[in-house]
Amino acid sequence: MSKPTDLVQGTLDLLILKTLSLQAMHGWAIAKRIQQISSEVLQVQQGSLYPALHRLEQQGWIKAKWAESETGRQAKFYSLTAFGRKQLEAETADWKRLSTAINLVVSEV
Amino acid sequence: MRWLNQLVKVRMLLFRRMADTQLNEELRFHMEQQIAENRATGMSAEEARLAALRVFGNPDLVREKTGATWNWNGLDRFSRDLRIGVRTLSRTPGFAVVAILITALGIGASVALFTVIRGVLLRPLPFPDSDRLVTLYERSTPAAGGGDFPHNQVAGGIYATWNRENTSFSSLALVRDDSADLSASGGQLPETLNQAHVSWNLFPTLGVNPALGRGFTSTDDSLSANGTVVLSSSLWKRRFGADPAILNRTIYVDAKPYTVIGILPAWFEFPDSSTQLWTPVYHEFPERIMSAFDNHMFRVVGRLKPGVTGEEAAANLSVISRQIHDSHLDNPFVAAAANSRPLLEHLVGDVRRPLYILLAATVCLLLIACLNVANLLVARAASRHKELAIRAALGGGRMRLLREHLTESFLLEASGGTAGLLLAYGAIGWLLHTRPDMVRVGAIHFDGVVAAFTTAVVILCALFSGLVSAFNTDDTRLLGALHESSRSHSAAGTRARLRKTLLAIEVGLTVVLLMGASLLVKSYQRLRSTNVGCVTDNVLTMRIKLPGKRYKTPGPAPANFFETLLQRVRALPGVEAAGFVTGVPGQGYMGDSGFTIVEHPPLPPGNGTLAIYRSADSGYFAAMGIPLLRGRTFGDNQKFDQVNEVVISELFAKKFFPGEDPLGKHLHVMDGNKVRVIVGIVGDTRYEIGEAPEPMQYHPLFAGDQNYGTLAIRSRQDVSQLALPVQQIIQGQDRELPVSDVLTMNQLLGKSTLDQSFDATLITSLAVLSLLLAAAGLFGVLSYIVAQRSGEIGIRIALGAQREQVLREMLADGLRPALIGLLLGLAASAGTTQFIKSMLYETQPLDLGVFAAVAALLMASAALACMVPAWRASRLDPMRVLRME
Repeated sequence: MSKPTDLVQGTLDLLILKTLSLQAMHGWAIAKRIQQISSEVLQVQQGSLYPALHRLEQQGWIKAKWAESETGRQAKFYSLTAFGRKQLEAETADWKRLSTAINLVVSEV
Repeated sequence: MRWLNQLVKVRMLLFRRMADTQLNEELRFHMEQQIAENRATGMSAEEARLAALRVFGNPDLVREKTGATWNWNGLDRFSRDLRIGVRTLSRTPGFAVVAILITALGIGASVALFTVIRGVLLRPLPFPDSDRLVTLYERSTPAAGGGDFPHNQVAGGIYATWNRENTSFSSLALVRDDSADLSASGGQLPETLNQAHVSWNLFPTLGVNPALGRGFTSTDDSLSANGTVVLSSSLWKRRFGADPAILNRTIYVDAKPYTVIGILPAWFEFPDSSTQLWTPVYHEFPERIMSAFDNHMFRVVGRLKPGVTGEEAAANLSVISRQIHDSHLDNPFVAAAANSRPLLEHLVGDVRRPLYILLAATVCLLLIACLNVANLLVARAASRHKELAIRAALGGGRMRLLREHLTESFLLEASGGTAGLLLAYGAIGWLLHTRPDMVRVGAIHFDGVVAAFTTAVVILCALFSGLVSAFNTDDTRLLGALHESSRSHSAAGTRARLRKTLLAIEVGLTVVLLMGASLLVKSYQRLRSTNVGCVTDNVLTMRIKLPGKRYKTPGPAPANFFETLLQRVRALPGVEAAGFVTGVPGQGYMGDSGFTIVEHPPLPPGNGTLAIYRSADSGYFAAMGIPLLRGRTFGDNQKFDQVNEVVISELFAKKFFPGEDPLGKHLHVMDGNKVRVIVGIVGDTRYEIGEAPEPMQYHPLFAGDQNYGTLAIRSRQDVSQLALPVQQIIQGQDRELPVSDVLTMNQLLGKSTLDQSFDATLITSLAVLSLLLAAAGLFGVLSYIVAQRSGEIGIRIALGAQREQVLREMLADGLRPALIGLLLGLAASAGTTQFIKSMLYETQPLDLGVFAAVAALLMASAALACMVPAWRASRLDPMRVLRME
């Protein structure tokens, strides 16, 4: 397995928010989804996933609910709040601006 | 969604354990999913688990990192620190108890004084819109109004004109204090009380409604109306059993009938806390007094119209006064201007400075207490420094240790604060019990602001003691502490440098307090020992007021009463001399009268001379030991309308007859419009202790124009035994005559200096307390140093050092911070004593004698405190010490 790309904390927040914007899911599913959609490039470390999830919950951008998972076990499902939705838009806009700028610099030979 | 945020946090706070379990569940679920996935790729159960663990990482670490994001960690840490703090403190109960006691003392004193200041000075008067209430005065200057009285009382006629013509006040009211003799009624004995004569609109001006019945109306406030009276709540409860049926009943005040029309609320006190009765002023005084422009008898209270300031109102009234003055230029005692002061200022202005000085003293004590606690904390830390070094080496962060230290300090201060609050409660109770005469004493009570103040003080002190004492624990010395073995004896003197510094500051503060206290004590002694101009030992006094109804003035009745009374009293066994006068020395200014000297050219218009007015019997001067300097006292023929003599005081002669002989000259006295010939000159007396003597004129008592005064009895032995026989004589002459203020001269003078003695006592106790604390601190520090250096001292003694040398060296070590503190304190005192200058009587703030005495006292106490540990150091048995490791 190739070494997973280190993710800056801010970008992890963005990824989580985006993932949750489509559907409510538990931590395991979030990690799997990010890995899937990024074509296995981004592999989230559990050691950074759960602190991030709890921090986002404290800040009020996501909310949590215990429900029955697909396996039948109880799991903690996270979903986006209205506040979080606004935050996602802002962060997406920021990311787009930043990445465009970096692209411009990098493609400049 | 901030509030939702807060809600989440609070929820997590309350369900911490549930949060922990939930997190475990969550992580376990994740693990199981991972294991399931691994198994799906074909691994065995065991392999799947190990692989999952590897990817997952240390579950404990994950748990901790996740838990760290929970925001209520701070509170959790704090509660843990508290628990540890309580446990550590309970291991050394002695230290904890001492520290708590010291803190309780400092905080208790500060809280008590703050409560007093808040009640007396800061709380607004209990009247609606009390900042609109002002006291009005007439401004008498020597050029206009005679005498130099910028805050003079107001004449009846001036008030009437002000009331008619002013544009600044919504209402103006009159007040005058007086005493009142309540006749016996309903089984109660006659008694003498304080009353106030007020204009009918006083209560509406202040904004007070009677609790029962009604106040005065303008019809009540006239000479022809029936007598009406309003009672205080405490008088109603005490004497009339709180019976509402007292309304519309008649009581007899000064032997005249008054109908009780109302009872005032319990919290009401005006003009001071001793007033129990209020009667309408126009009913009490004849027309000519109420319309006089030169008889300054009344206090005026006014409620300003909205938007008008006190100064504007005073200017408005000054214009009116000026007009009256200018149309009465022949009368030198009509003032030309007015002055105003806020009512609160009028009531409490005199106690403001002493109270704030007391506050400063208690703050000093509080600082000393904090420094002492800091010292104790440093000592504790020093004794635990090895333990702390190990903890720091093992990874305990510096912030963590500091936090624990602060928590301990906070625990101590909080417990001390609670104990101090109880102390303050007791102190306030004692104050209310011993000084019910204090101004606005009813406004002193505990409330939320006091509680907030206490909390603030506790937190500040905790921070102060904790931070100051934490300076010692820095980890650069950790290595050294760990390396230290018991076999090496290093100089431990430097380790106590912080404690010595704290001690020097403590001593400095103590010196400041001692200085203030000594100055106040010296001032009080000077005050009490001033010569008032008469004999004060073994002299008994009592006040008598003859009711005007039965003893009409002017008339023969009062004169006959006094003559018979004096004859009978002088005949009593044990009485060496007796006299009667309207006011003895020390009893106050009372009144004065204008006069002109017949033989002198008339003064330019608008200039007037006045002197304090007294009526006395001919034997009064000899009875009180007032020397007769020239001439003689009143002749025996001086009775009723035959009276034509007057006796003057020495200052009167010097001031108004410079370089000439007053005897035989005539005075035209305004009070009563009479001409009297000067027959004698007597020595000066002070009308009030602490004030310079003023010129006095004495008129014969038997003219029958005074019906009140003080009976003075001198005896060779204990004079208080004569109190009862004399009162019996008075009762024998008139059964219904109450006698008041039965005091010896010393008691009377003591009463008038009560405030000064009280202040001096309080500050002295604070100073003594701080001296004890400082001495205890010195003792502690030196004991510590001796204990630390015992090994080194043992070696030195074993090697031949003289014990006396060791003693001297230890003493010097202990006395050095005391000496530094003394110098600091003396320097500071040079500045701080300037603040109490206004409270000192005939004492200079920079009194070298006092400075020297305080320095000597301090060094002596310091030496005493240091003697015991130094002695123990010199008596060390080297063998024992060296064997102990």
